[in-house]
Amino acid sequence: MGDAEIIPIGTRGRPGRGTGQAPSAAARALAKPKARPAPAPDPVEESPAEAGSETAPVIEPAEAAPAAAAAPAYTQDRGPLKHIPLAEWQAALDIAAREIFGEEWEPQLARFLAFLRRRVTGDYVVDEYGFDAELTQRFLVSLLRPVAQKWFRIEVRGLENVPAEGGALVVSNHSGTLPMDGLMTMVMLNDLAGRSLRPLGADLVFRLPIVGSLARKGGATLACSEDAERMLRGGELVGVWPEGFKGIGKPYSERYKLQRFGRGGFVSSALRTGVPIVPLSVVGAEEIYPLVGNIPALAKAMGVPYLPITPFFPLLGPLGAIPLPSKWLMEFGEPIRTDEYDASAAEDPMLVFNVTDQVRETIQQTLYSLLMQRQSVFR
Amino acid sequence: MIGVDVVPPGGDIGGMSFVRADIRNPVIAKVIAKEDVDTVVHLSIISTPLVGGGRSMMKELNVIGTMQLLAACQKSATVKSLVVKSTAHVYGASSRDPAMFTETSETRRAGGGYAKDVAEIEGYVRGFARRRPDVCVTTLRCANVIGPKVTSPMTSYLRLPLIPRRLGYDPRLQFLHEHDLYGALGHVLRSEVAGTFNLAGDGVMPLSQVVRRLQRPMLPVPSFGLGLLKSAHVAQVSPELRALLTFGRGIDTTRTREVLGFEPTYSTAAALDDFAQDLVPTGGRVDRALATLEAQLPSVRAQHALQESLDG
Repeated sequence: MGDAEIIPIGTRGRPGRGTGQAPSAAARALAKPKARPAPAPDPVEESPAEAGSETAPVIEPAEAAPAAAAAPAYTQDRGPLKHIPLAEWQAALDIAAREIFGEEWEPQLARFLAFLRRRVTGDYVVDEYGFDAELTQRFLVSLLRPVAQKWFRIEVRGLENVPAEGGALVVSNHSGTLPMDGLMTMVMLNDLAGRSLRPLGADLVFRLPIVGSLARKGGATLACSEDAERMLRGGELVGVWPEGFKGIGKPYSERYKLQRFGRGGFVSSALRTGVPIVPLSVVGAEEIYPLVGNIPALAKAMGVPYLPITPFFPLLGPLGAIPLPSKWLMEFGEPIRTDEYDASAAEDPMLVFNVTDQVRETIQQTLYSLLMQRQSVFR
Repeated sequence: MIGVDVVPPGGDIGGMSFVRADIRNPVIAKVIAKEDVDTVVHLSIISTPLVGGGRSMMKELNVIGTMQLLAACQKSATVKSLVVKSTAHVYGASSRDPAMFTETSETRRAGGGYAKDVAEIEGYVRGFARRRPDVCVTTLRCANVIGPKVTSPMTSYLRLPLIPRRLGYDPRLQFLHEHDLYGALGHVLRSEVAGTFNLAGDGVMPLSQVVRRLQRPMLPVPSFGLGLLKSAHVAQVSPELRALLTFGRGIDTTRTREVLGFEPTYSTAAALDDFAQDLVPTGGRVDRALATLEAQLPSVRAQHALQESLDG
């Protein structure tokens, strides 16, 4: 038998398939890169330099920026730098401004900066009621305009009944849980008639923080005969909602039913100042927050006239505060002249009641006819 | 001309003689009788509680002092006119107020404290005017008086390096420059028009605008924050000043112009600018940052360069 021949398994550490003569194809493939020459610079490194050279002609003020970006990073640069040079910031801002504001960005930005500086240094004028015309027109109305045009799609009729100048009293129905109808009337009169409506608000408005100061800046003042007559004598376009909280906080089931028109104080003011009364009927505001319930006890505890429950409001939280996109129609009726009456007319209660009723009836009838023109709540 | 006060005047008082007396004493009657006084100018309705005196002391000085003075005037046969410097605090400040108070607006709304004192004082003055119809009685209801040298609750509030304001409220304020106050007093003495008149600079300013013009930082605080200032002895924010700094107030000066014939030379804004002159701004960083940014704009730089070349 003799000794058994030992057949080795494997290659004993040598490349190849065990013959020990030549490396296998697999081994040769592994060794390949060694044989090749050193590769060209990585293409990824090159791209910032290219991008820099493209933008370089656009940026005049900062020549240094692309050069710095193209420079290779050395080991000693790897720690955090002290700062980014100001020139690079400027160049970046320049590009960003061009992207956002277009080629005319410089004068635009200069104008905007001038506006900001005027606001910051207090270099503006408010009238004696606290009306900040600049803030209202540039900020408040611009903010509400898309809501009026795109969300509620407001159609306005009878604009010719709004006097172009001089004092006038716009009397409107009130609805919608939140006084959105007042804000929308302000926007529409600002845009279409070029006049600032000066709303008269309940004292609750001015007792509330933020709301009160915003209302004053937006041109509102307290609904009292002193302020109303002062404004009307000053030639302002004054807006009143004589239904007050009874109108705005009425349940959805009573929509478009006018409530009592206060005590007719607005008529006395108009009679005393001899300005025309312009009745305004607003259709659509009733449906923005359909009021289906109220928590009187909690409302009383909080000191507000009502605490609304709508199909969406406490249920969906803040989402419930989004008004429904109902279709709005506004119609300014024919002005009721008061300058024919003499000064003592305001002291005649019967006359005041009659004029109040006349205004109320006009608005109610217009509401019915506007409702007929609407196909549904939303169109 | 005789000045009466409890403390001697500090500086030069010109041709005026001075009597050190407390108007709460009947001494004042002797002064009026002895010197054959024909015109009494009552300026001592103080709005700041005296150091150590407190509220009750202030009330006594104001109300009892005025009563004594009026009693002395009523006895005197020589007094021909009486001028009382009152304050617009008499109207109070609340969310139920009209935007501009006229002299005929009711003053009973004033809640309490100093405002109530002033309402009572004015009541006594009206009573005096009824009893002595031969005396020309003029009451001036002044807005907050400011000026570089004025010390009052309002000016010490505005001099704070960081101005706290009530969160969510932006009251309308009116100021009267001290020179206009002196001018108005002189005008009243010359013209002798009886009645009550509002006195304030033209225009109103929201507190936010006032603070921005003074270049001070603002700190919105909840309602009790302004009260804390008093307990921390930082500033005297009395309840009526707190009400004013919450709801604001405006007084109408039409009657002063038309009936009294006095026109303030400083508007509210001008009075504030004059007050701000001696004040070191503690804020204004945002404006400086914006100004730097504005100066960096190439078009603005070019404009400046053009302007300079035109000027040069």
